[in-house]
Order: sequence, then structure tokens, then C-alpha cells
Amino acid sequence: MTAAMYESGPAAPGAARLPRLLPASPEGLHAHLGRYGPLPYRGEAGLLIDDVAAAGLTGRGGAAFPVARKLDAIARARGRRKVIVANGAESEPASRKDELLLRLAPNLVLDGLQLAAEAAGATEAHLYLHGTRPEILRALSERAARQLDRTSVSITEAPPRFLAGQETALVSRIGGGPALPTFQPPRVTERGLGGVPTLVQNVETLAHLALIARYGPRWFRSAGTAAEPGSMIATVYRPGAKPYVVETELGAPLAEILGAGPEVQAWLVGGYHGSWLRLPEAAGLNLSNESLRPAGAAVGAGVLVALPASRCGLAETARVVRYLAAESAGQCGPCLNGLPRIATALAELAGPRPRRQARDDVERWAGLVTGRGACHHPDGTARFVRSALTVFAPELARHANGHCSATRAGPREPFLPLPASLPTREEDWI
Amino acid sequence: MADRLQVNPIDCTGHGVCAELLPQLVSLDEWGYPLLDPRPVPVALARDARRAVAACPALALRLTRVEQPAGATRT
Amino acid sequence: MTSATAFWYASRATGIVALLLLTAVLVLGMLVNRQGRLPGLPRFAVGDLHRNLSLLSVAFIAVHVLTAVLDTYVSIPLVSAIVPFGSGYERLWLGLGAISFDLMLAMIITSLVRGRLNRILWRAIHLLAYLTWPVAFVHSIGAAKDLQQGWLLGLTIGCALVTGAATAWRLAGAARQVPRAARVAHVFARHDATTRNQDPRQTRQTVSR
Repeated sequence: MTAAMYESGPAAPGAARLPRLLPASPEGLHAHLGRYGPLPYRGEAGLLIDDVAAAGLTGRGGAAFPVARKLDAIARARGRRKVIVANGAESEPASRKDELLLRLAPNLVLDGLQLAAEAAGATEAHLYLHGTRPEILRALSERAARQLDRTSVSITEAPPRFLAGQETALVSRIGGGPALPTFQPPRVTERGLGGVPTLVQNVETLAHLALIARYGPRWFRSAGTAAEPGSMIATVYRPGAKPYVVETELGAPLAEILGAGPEVQAWLVGGYHGSWLRLPEAAGLNLSNESLRPAGAAVGAGVLVALPASRCGLAETARVVRYLAAESAGQCGPCLNGLPRIATALAELAGPRPRRQARDDVERWAGLVTGRGACHHPDGTARFVRSALTVFAPELARHANGHCSATRAGPREPFLPLPASLPTREEDWI
Repeated sequence: MADRLQVNPIDCTGHGVCAELLPQLVSLDEWGYPLLDPRPVPVALARDARRAVAACPALALRLTRVEQPAGATRT
Repeated sequence: MTSATAFWYASRATGIVALLLLTAVLVLGMLVNRQGRLPGLPRFAVGDLHRNLSLLSVAFIAVHVLTAVLDTYVSIPLVSAIVPFGSGYERLWLGLGAISFDLMLAMIITSLVRGRLNRILWRAIHLLAYLTWPVAFVHSIGAAKDLQQGWLLGLTIGCALVTGAATAWRLAGAARQVPRAARVAHVFARHDATTRNQDPRQTRQTVSR
């Protein structure tokens, strides 16, 4: 799948206010400053935080943590040295939003990085991403020529691992080691890179911050909902269409983004650590945690999938879980033992006439791995698996009788994207 | 004073000494890894808990003060 | 028997017991690492015994050194117990004894403050056990001529054989360890519906629970 497939998609709901972050084509520094105005440094640490708090900006990397709180924690932390990292390693195979944002609007991200560094009192800044793109390098050199950046930015490449973007794995990688999670406490905001307080923010979050600094919290809140303000970038997969990236308001009806017609079997919200949602029950839900949480789902990093009716949800799930198991760091006993076993049992459930025991095993193992790793990889995988067992329960019954609802016979590309290669050696984590 | 049992799952290699010394609060899953009672350690078991922490060959078991649930980590 | 002779005998005797204890401590340490069991005893007993016997051996070595110093037949300064080659008498063999004692103290002190120590550092120092034992062994047979014959020779050889066999077993365990990047593939390969617990992170051999 090439980047060209992930162009900005059709106009999103509330289009009059959007897009905020994604220009139609890549913008150099001159065009960027022409569109948004100069970089509004405040001149002092901490001044921006109140605006960010009033705006209600939450992290766009998946966890939706209030940004002002994190900025404040770093700003208040003792010590001379503090680090900020722009996390562009989206790691999720189905997500393309960070890659596109960095290609189309790198200066918006880099503005946000500088402003957040100033607000938090950071003394060094890092950009962490899968493969350095020429647009980034060009943006950095243009900014250097104008002496725009007050905190120097170093780039670190992330390996193509699912866990590479995890906070502690990121700190480990930037520190020169492998992208493997470490146990918390201590949290990276207390002791992160080089043992100093480290602020990690998704690149999209920083882009929003760069605009809040210019236009203010009231402007930011003019989109989205009261509880979840602003816009977000989503990666969308629909039957009969190429995948695309679109910026949308929070709170937008999912049915408008994904469609809920007869050609759609189920929705997947939140990527491969997200949840499957049954249709038509979920058809009225919105793209907001307020709407999704009661249904057992969350917005996550904005990966939205409408699974075609012609596919087998169990087969798609089994393939993804095999990938997730292979991407385990293998450091914690429960995850290492549970995920491969779950994957094998799911593969059995995705086939004809599985053993009755297989489904019970999956449920038991999903419970056993949850909350027992150093990171949330087993938890997210278990959540994804359990939602599949619930939503595709009718399919389980069909398979037990030797049938499957997938209508297209013969080899074809699976619907959910996965990378071709899996990690086998120590070097694959660096 | 409320202490909870916590295990560093990266250091833990499933020796199982904790489950032996503190069966009221620790059991082992089917792979030999500890399942810890998440509630605060009762005062009556505090000494046994400290002994279990000291006896772990991997020093993976610890007693921590009650803290807020782990916040978001995927950013 | 003069008091000098009594000290001499006491030093010899405590030395022999210390060697036996050291052998036991080393083997127990390997047992802990490989999650082995002592028949009829609970799991925690292996580690407990390892720790307790290590402290006991320090006590025996303390007496072993003190009685040797107090023995007026030869002149051994007390400081030569921890400063190698500080004794005029039997300089080499006693020097080795001091070295092994120093290593033991390093291992025990770092273990007492293990929680505050960097994990890798603690492990590196603790691995010195594999140096400590041979040095203590050579010290024993070099400094005590009577170990070189009779039933004491049998005892000495027995300790060496036990240590050798245990070390081979320990190395076999290390060879079976699956490197981290290969662990998941290992679980996939070894797991099927009928087998349980083929965990590559655990070093014990037994499968059934």
C-alpha cells in the first residue's frame, strides 16, 4: 500500500470548519507561515498551558489524556533538564494519519513541538518516526535557516514494530537501545530519557496545539463537542473504496463516516487494540468516547473500519491477532504465553468445525493476559479479541457447523492491512 | 497505611516462591506466573508479604503505596 | 596438645567445613537459577538455604582465619585474610584464600543491598561465584597438605565432582535459554492443544504441573 492511497478523503462532517490540520498538498515553511502567521512563542515557560487547558485538548495518539495536565506535570518537575518528544511512530498498520500529517504539514507539528517545549521548559526536543521523510528534513532546514526553532530537534528512527510508539519503548529507542517497553513506575514524565522528566506527545496533538496557540481555546472549541472538543484525523476503511485519511470533528456520527448499509457487516473502532461493534445496534454511535465507551469502545487513534458483509470477521480477527502475538516483546510471561495461544485458537475458530474447547480457551486466556504485562499490549489485544467473539458470535456458530458467511471464494487480499514481515531477530527491534 | 502487592512482569520468571509464602494473596496461573490480589494487604499478612518480597529470587515482587490507576501510556 | 596445636586443628577443621559449605552454596545457587527443587522441600527452601549457608560459611571462614592467626606456630597477620599475599607464610596459597574471601564478601554485601543496586551490576558480581569456588578450592589443597591424601582427599575430590556436574547442568540450562527475539516463535512452535507450559522464559525442565 503506497502513501498515495492515503490522500485526504472526501469532505468531512462539519466541513465548513475543516480541515484545520491537513492542507491539500505539502506546504513549505513560507506557505505555512503565510497561512497561519508567525510562530507565537510566549517568551516564558508555562504560559501556554492555561490556553491548552481551556481548549480541552486531549492526546491524539490513542489514550486521549488531557494535554494541559501532562504539560503541567513536566513544567512543575524538578530538575534542570527536561525532554519533549514528538511521537510520529504510529506503529498501527492500519493508521496512516501521522504519516500524512508529517508529509503535508510538517511545520505545524514542528511549531507545536517548539511551543510545547517552551511551555514545559524542555531543554531538548526529539522527533520519533518510522523512516525520515524528505519533507521533514526540508522543513527542519528551512526553519534552521530562519532560526525559528529555539529548542534544537533530533530525529530518531523507530523500527517498524507495533510497540515502537509505546512511551517507554520510545524512550528506550531514543536512548540508543531497542524499542522495548520497560516497567513503570517510574513514569516517563518523572524519569524518562536519560533519567529526566520526558513529555511524549503525538504529532497530531502538537499540530492542534500549534493552532490553539495562534487562534485560542474558543476557536478550538468551535468544533467537536463540549466534552470532547476539536477535530481529529481518522484513517477510514470502507467496502469498495480505497482507504483514506480524513479530518473530522469529534462527535461526528460514525454512520456518516463509515456507512451502515447492508454491505457493511460490522465496525471496528480504535484499530487493532480497539473494539468490534455490532450493526445495526451501533449505527447511532458517534466518534466520541462519550458515545463509544458505553458500547465498550473508544476513539483511540482514529482507525475506523467498516467490514464488508462478504468477509469473515473471524478470519480477519485471527490474522490480526497472529500479527499482534508476533509483535509481543516477549518480556512478560503472561503476554508471551497467552497471545500465541490465543492466536492459534482463533485460527482454529476461523476454520471449519473448531474444537468446542477453543472458544473457552480464548476467553480464559484473554482474561489471564489482561493487566499482567509491563505495557498494555496484552490488554488491548484481549479487548480486540473479546469484542470479536461477541460481535461475530453468529459466525462462530456457523463455523461450528462447517459453514462460513464469507462469500468470495478463492485467494484474495485480506481486508485489514498487515505488514508482510514479522520480527525474528534482536536487530528487528532497533 | 495501605500497601499493595505489585510484580514487575519483565523481571518475573515464574519461580513461584511468592505463591508458596503468601497463598492467601498470591496464586499461580497455568504458566506459573503470579496472580496477585489487587486489594491492599491486610495488616495480619503484612509480615508474610514483606517476607515474600524479600524471598523472590528475581526481586520482581514489591509492595507499593496505594497510587492512582495507571494513566494513559499510548501517546 | 598445646593451644597452638588446638588452633591449628581448629583452623583445618573449619576450613574443611567451609569448603563443604561453599560447595553446597554454589550448587544451591545454580538450583535457584534453574528453578530446581530439593526433594520433599518447598520452593522457597532452596533460596533460603542458599542464603543461610552462605552466611554460615562466612562465620566458619572467620573462625578458620582467626584460629590460623592465633596459632603461634606460624606468623600470619590478620589483615592477610582480606589483603591477598600479605602473609609471609605460604604466601601464594593464603593469598588465594584472601582473594576468595574478598569475592565472597563482595557477593554477600551486594546481595544484602540488592534492592538498591543496579540489576546488571548485582548479577555481574554474583557471577563471580564461579571464580570464587575454584580459587577457594586451590587455596584448600595448596594450603592444607593433609587434603592431598586419605579420606580428606576423597572429600575434596567429591566436592570437585559435585561442582563440576552442577556447573555442567547450569551451562546446559543457559544453552537452552531462548533469546528474547525468538521467544514468541518458540511458543508458537511448541504449543499445541495438548501440551502445557513450554515457557522459554522459565529454566526448569518439567512440563507437567
